Amino acid sequence: MSGRLVVVTFPGSNCDQDCYHAVELAGGEPSYLWHREHGLAGADAVILPGGFSYGDYLRAGAIARFSHAMEDVIAFARRGGPVLAICNGFQIACEAGLLPGTLIRNRTLRFHAFDQHLRVENNETLWTSSYERGQILRMPVAHGEGNYEADRETLDGLEGEGRVLFRYVDAAGRVTEEGNPNGSANAIAGIVNQEGNVMGLMPHPDRAMEAALGSVDGRGIFESLVRHLSAVGAR
Amino acid sequence: MKRYQLEIRVVPRAGLLDPQGKAIHHALHALGYAAVEGVRVGKAIALELEASSEDAARALAEEMCRKLLANPVTEDFQIAVMGEAAPTGRRA
Repeated sequence: MSGRLVVVTFPGSNCDQDCYHAVELAGGEPSYLWHREHGLAGADAVILPGGFSYGDYLRAGAIARFSHAMEDVIAFARRGGPVLAICNGFQIACEAGLLPGTLIRNRTLRFHAFDQHLRVENNETLWTSSYERGQILRMPVAHGEGNYEADRETLDGLEGEGRVLFRYVDAAGRVTEEGNPNGSANAIAGIVNQEGNVMGLMPHPDRAMEAALGSVDGRGIFESLVRHLSAVGAR
Repeated sequence: MKRYQLEIRVVPRAGLLDPQGKAIHHALHALGYAAVEGVRVGKAIALELEASSEDAARALAEEMCRKLLANPVTEDFQIAVMGEAAPTGRRA
């Protein structure tokens, strides 16, 4: 075992068990934290899973950020603790100010539930070290609000500092209109904060962990994280 | 303290893509309303709150918009004080 990873469950989370399983497969030690509770003492990393926290009321992620668990997660992230924010977790992290920008309605106005190709843009991070730069991955997306938007200055910062980790691409690995169905600015699928310890990703690596389910391309993220934790001396 | 009724409008910031507004715009054109030149879709939030004055009610609502009701990255908000509400428990 290497690293205690805490999966936060909100009312409406539906990928918390997938994340728990993904952590186990990657060799980490998972546990759950209910949104009403405090309790990140001893945690080495936190996962904000996908779902529809608080029914997506007001805006996706807007209410979840005020929960007890999120108070702890925000403090944990500010101390430099690794936080993996997937799908609704990404929306929550943006609302909480842990990541820049926001995720608005898909340009198609439809809920997207299909496999999507991604390109690894930067593999020199604790989240992506198991991948090759330029590697093409395939993993499921499942979101209605996945259209990443930020002001020009923020986008330039993300691009210039290598903080765009994953981009939506077509099957050939090219950035095209068809390869970016939700309309995200610069086809952005995943980013990190300035310090590199918080990653937000719209597609679901947690649903791409088993060959029987169609793809194992998500394993690299969990394996990169667990390897990082053992390198920095987590239990 | 008085009770005030407020209406808060939250709208997608001008210039930002509003997929819902765009779809409704197309639908209105399809219905023959060629005069429609733009549609933006937002939310109206009806709020009732206690405050010492209308200005105080407005200031409180503005704080709520900044903290929760609107997303500063993509949305603008407008606050309208609709009037004083009847005191608690005595509403018709």
